[in-house]
Amino acid sequence: MAQPKTEPAKQKNKNQATNTPNTAVLNGAEILINTLKDINVDTIFGYPGGAVLPIYDSLFDEHDINHVLIRHEQAGAHAADGYARATGKAGVVLVTSGPGGTNTVTGIATAAMDSIPMVVFTGQVPTNMIGNDAFQEADIVGITRPITKHNYLVKDVGNLEQVIREAFHVATSGRPGPVLVDLPKDMIKNEAHYSGLKKVSIPSYKPTREGHSSQVAKAAQMLSNAKKPLIYAGGGVILGEAWEELTAMAERLNIPVTTTLMGLGGFPESKSQSLGMLGMHGTYYANMATTECDVLLAAGARFDDRVTGRLDGFSPHSKKIHIDIDPSNIGKNVPVEVPIVGDVKNVLSAIDQQASKPDTTEWWNTIEDWKKNHPLNVPKPEGLIKPQHMIERISEVTNGEAIVVTDVGQHQMWAAQHYTFNHPRSFLSSGGLGTMGYGFPAAMGAAFGCPDRPIVCITGDGGFQMTAYELATAVEYEVPVKIAIMNNECLGMVRQWQELFYNKRYSHSILKKGNPDFVKLAESYGAVGYRASNNEEMDDILAKAMKINDRPVVMDFRVEPRENCYPMVPSGAALNEMVEGPKSE
Amino acid sequence: MTVSKNGISSQTSDRHTLSVLVSYNLNALSRIIGIFSGKGFHIDSISFGSEKESDLARITITTHGDEQIIEQITKQLHKIIDVVTVTDLTYERFVERELALIKVTATRSSRSEIMQIAQVFRAKVIDISPGKLSIEVTGNRDKINAFIGMLDPFGIDEISRTGSVALRREFEGSV
Repeated sequence: MAQPKTEPAKQKNKNQATNTPNTAVLNGAEILINTLKDINVDTIFGYPGGAVLPIYDSLFDEHDINHVLIRHEQAGAHAADGYARATGKAGVVLVTSGPGGTNTVTGIATAAMDSIPMVVFTGQVPTNMIGNDAFQEADIVGITRPITKHNYLVKDVGNLEQVIREAFHVATSGRPGPVLVDLPKDMIKNEAHYSGLKKVSIPSYKPTREGHSSQVAKAAQMLSNAKKPLIYAGGGVILGEAWEELTAMAERLNIPVTTTLMGLGGFPESKSQSLGMLGMHGTYYANMATTECDVLLAAGARFDDRVTGRLDGFSPHSKKIHIDIDPSNIGKNVPVEVPIVGDVKNVLSAIDQQASKPDTTEWWNTIEDWKKNHPLNVPKPEGLIKPQHMIERISEVTNGEAIVVTDVGQHQMWAAQHYTFNHPRSFLSSGGLGTMGYGFPAAMGAAFGCPDRPIVCITGDGGFQMTAYELATAVEYEVPVKIAIMNNECLGMVRQWQELFYNKRYSHSILKKGNPDFVKLAESYGAVGYRASNNEEMDDILAKAMKINDRPVVMDFRVEPRENCYPMVPSGAALNEMVEGPKSE
Repeated sequence: MTVSKNGISSQTSDRHTLSVLVSYNLNALSRIIGIFSGKGFHIDSISFGSEKESDLARITITTHGDEQIIEQITKQLHKIIDVVTVTDLTYERFVERELALIKVTATRSSRSEIMQIAQVFRAKVIDISPGKLSIEVTGNRDKINAFIGMLDPFGIDEISRTGSVALRREFEGSV
């Protein structure tokens, strides 16, 4: 990185003259803490170690920043990610060199795939030892290069403050993403001038925020003339805080809206325009509308393969408008007629100002028919707990007001389908990378960011075991996360694919024998553990769990183990070739 | 520093020359190369050197692929925070040069013929020994390929070849 031409002595005089209160000569650790406070960081998820001891020493007397001692760095990164998704602020991670850094890799990659703002500080061996295979040395800048939006190795303590400010600016602006800052031990021990100057300017980095006016006009024209328009809204609507603009436009123009997994909550599902989620496990009507529409407006979505199905069968009759702040997303998988690079909030509001209401009466008749004849399938709630019913009950008990955090697999898709999402930043899930073990630590992170909202982690018996050790953290900090384990004693989605595509050869997907007693596991950490094997017990423990607010609660829901998640677009099929599954009467 | 694939590459029709101006540091260079290795794009040659402004470097990359791939490469490069500009020179008038050092077997009977060929290509003999000649040639890719083709029958021992360096033309006429 470029070395700013600063002369500390000169600057000091200048600051004395203007009597800037922030000015001081501090060591790197203190500069880090001061800068974090100056950019309103209130929570850090961290784990100490040799290379970051000077920072931890500074944190010892620090009261404005809440440091959360996680139990594993991967969970720390997921927690920071959950915090970021729930609040919109950058999540912050602090770990030591070597294994501390490498353990964060899965969490950083998870954030990168879903464009989550995060800043990870890693310790590093002193600069004069870099490259010597020193104790706990790893080239974390090299390791994380492909999974960060940007990363830095600080080589001059005089640059430290600027680098930290840049890191947060890069992480949170444009298409957000994780940024890593590697801090050699001498860089946090040496002293430099702390300026307190907030200005950040990176000449080579200027994201486009306003959509091109003629493209906006074209899009508005196309929507106004459409017979069968559809809005396909992605995670960009949440990241770009465009939910109000989206809702206003869709309601005024009466255009149906389908959201991606990442876009859930970006448009209220209780509105009549909502078609729910599209894609591999999307609703019949969302997938059919996508296939049949004549104008498709993609807002902050990236035409992921889990959304499109077979590309040549994806929305074959439509002209496409694509709004994205990242130009590289446009035309990557699907060619579009009207690309608009810009901030989705600005662009949607600009289109809304120019578009007039299209005549969609016939289109709505078709969609209502689909909705009536092909609703989401919920098996009769009798006998063992049905997974779909379990999600519906959680949705009812929480009035659709909870922040729902999931792991990855069947329960994730059922949660996406059957929970009614009416608010943004309320469905946190690893969409792009599909990281098992994400759910519980991310839920914990969300709880630190939003202490006043109920947080429900819907997870599986497989995924929960990947990061269950964070119960220790949740108990220590009295985090009242409700953990609902959809326990089918197997890796459900793997088992489903093996049933459907591998002749029911359940190779290494059955967990029954090794599963712990989740109630006892919870209790051994000092958390509350409940178990439910039928609907009455489910209602009972849900009611009890929602009242607990000083500890995590682990709910072991023993569900029908052979239930499959439908609708399902088989791999390689087009969206309209989805399998609807057995019908319940 | 320049690196290049030795020998003659066959694809020319979808060949593109990209000029990338970047805030110079090795992390940025690694990111640029990482885009190609990580996303399955090709680098036919890459060369870089510092610019007039000391903290910037100009990187010239020759690559190939269809329109969609080249568009992705350009966009992905531009996404790198340290990258200032990416120009696809293929769509503009530009001058492009490569340099090659070629060591060729030269016996008493073939030496003068090789030197005549070198003269035609305005190449320079830079080392001579009883059995070998080392020759320096600059020019565009086609010229260097043609020169290598002419020397091939004599027996080429080694080639060290740079990638392209390129600049946009300022004048419509020839330079």
